[in-house]
Amino acid sequence: MALRALLTKRAPTLASGLGPFASAGGSGTGWQGLCHARGLKVAALPDLEYDYGALAPAISGEIMRLHHQKHHKAYVSNYNDALEKLDAAMAKGDVAAVVRLQSAIKFNGGGHINHTIFWKNLKPVNEGGGEPPHATLGWAIDTDFGSLEALVQKMNAEGAALQGSGWVWLALDKERKKLLVETTANQDPLVTKGANLVPLLGIDVWEHAYYLQYKNVKPDYLKNIWKVMNWKYASEVYDSEAA
Amino acid sequence: MAMALPLAYASSVGNPFEAGRLSFSTKATKHKKHIYQSRKVTKVLAYYGLTNPPYKLDALEPYMSRRTLELHWGNIHRGYVDSLNKQLANSPLYGCTMEELIKTTFNNGNPLPEYNNAAEVWNHDFFWESMQPNGGKLPWGGVLDQIEKDFGSFSNFRDEFVHSAMMLFGSGWVWLVLKTNERRLSIVRTSNAVCPLVWGDIPIISLDMWEHAYYLDYKDDVSKYVNNFMDHLISWHSATARMVRAEAFVNLGEPKIPVA
Repeated sequence: MALRALLTKRAPTLASGLGPFASAGGSGTGWQGLCHARGLKVAALPDLEYDYGALAPAISGEIMRLHHQKHHKAYVSNYNDALEKLDAAMAKGDVAAVVRLQSAIKFNGGGHINHTIFWKNLKPVNEGGGEPPHATLGWAIDTDFGSLEALVQKMNAEGAALQGSGWVWLALDKERKKLLVETTANQDPLVTKGANLVPLLGIDVWEHAYYLQYKNVKPDYLKNIWKVMNWKYASEVYDSEAA
Repeated sequence: MAMALPLAYASSVGNPFEAGRLSFSTKATKHKKHIYQSRKVTKVLAYYGLTNPPYKLDALEPYMSRRTLELHWGNIHRGYVDSLNKQLANSPLYGCTMEELIKTTFNNGNPLPEYNNAAEVWNHDFFWESMQPNGGKLPWGGVLDQIEKDFGSFSNFRDEFVHSAMMLFGSGWVWLVLKTNERRLSIVRTSNAVCPLVWGDIPIISLDMWEHAYYLDYKDDVSKYVNNFMDHLISWHSATARMVRAEAFVNLGEPKIPVA
């Protein structure tokens, strides 16, 4: 049953039409059974709540498919591999190996966390994508940024200025009850910038997120992604965390 | 050779695919001249130009498409050159050679805002020249000898290079460098725009691992990109020329000349 999570139900074309007992490109199923026996909880690729092509023309179907089926799946597989190696190293007391595995865990685990949030941040236009926030989150944005336009502009500016690969976030500081815009490098999750930070919205500014469609014109990607932004999700998270 | 010196003159390069941009800016300046000559004398400011790759943009097909080069060189590399020139227009850093500029702006790990643009301009120049049509295959002569000495064998070197590229998390570059202190070849992986020049090492070959370098041609298949680079694109000619120059700065020992 857990294997089903690795094969996405929503994929319009699964290139290798595999049966239920083969793994689609990730590491073999052997480790999964073993890990469950030892109680190690492995990560699983979450399904999207919409079709790959549903976010076009803001984000093309080709990008969504590659992003989900290749990039995110690779983070999941590699995280699971690293996790198993970590488990073995900890059992053996191999401290050097434990330390050596940290960067792979941070990178791939972070990639899994970030992309899981990202898929929920997006919604097709005909399902409410792009509809601005109201009520509590709307007021909080006006208080902390002046207006929604100001927030969007700030996030786009930070995203465009980010050198290399990374993410730009709308974050809630749980302790200070304030919204802020943060960036993280590579696949670092938001918590690396502050333990009290809760991600409300994240925008992937790795080139794989936009290059096929927007080429090097990152600002166009940033401008268009707001058309499919799922503010409803952000509001739900805000309401539950800021309460 | 990868050099982007400030170009203080306009030259018609006579290049059929000329796309470099040399620009002047004129400003009125105080200058004592004969009164019959115009009072308004111009001061010439020079800027960095975009150098062309040493091959046509479609010459690296099918391993690196023309479209990739059009965007990578024509838009992204050019963008860095333009941004750098804008930053330097009113900066005290104006007038350095590219290598000086990179070392200065790196500021020992706390880079100044000009660093990113300067380093990326240099890095991309170096990268175009690290490749050639009908590249790949094996190095020869001194370069091969040095590789075998420092890595054991060429295939060890190749495996290590590919592995290093695959283990890069995020954007960055993979380099074959000649380490000046250790006096040996080494493989180095850097993030974003970092360039081994800042540590005083001498780069011999580089591979751009930013996604924009391969995404159009290979999508997420990084392994194919890196292997194609090793097998079909890498320019051992350039590597040899760079090693020859490097040996003027680093003593790699006496060559084994047989005694008569």
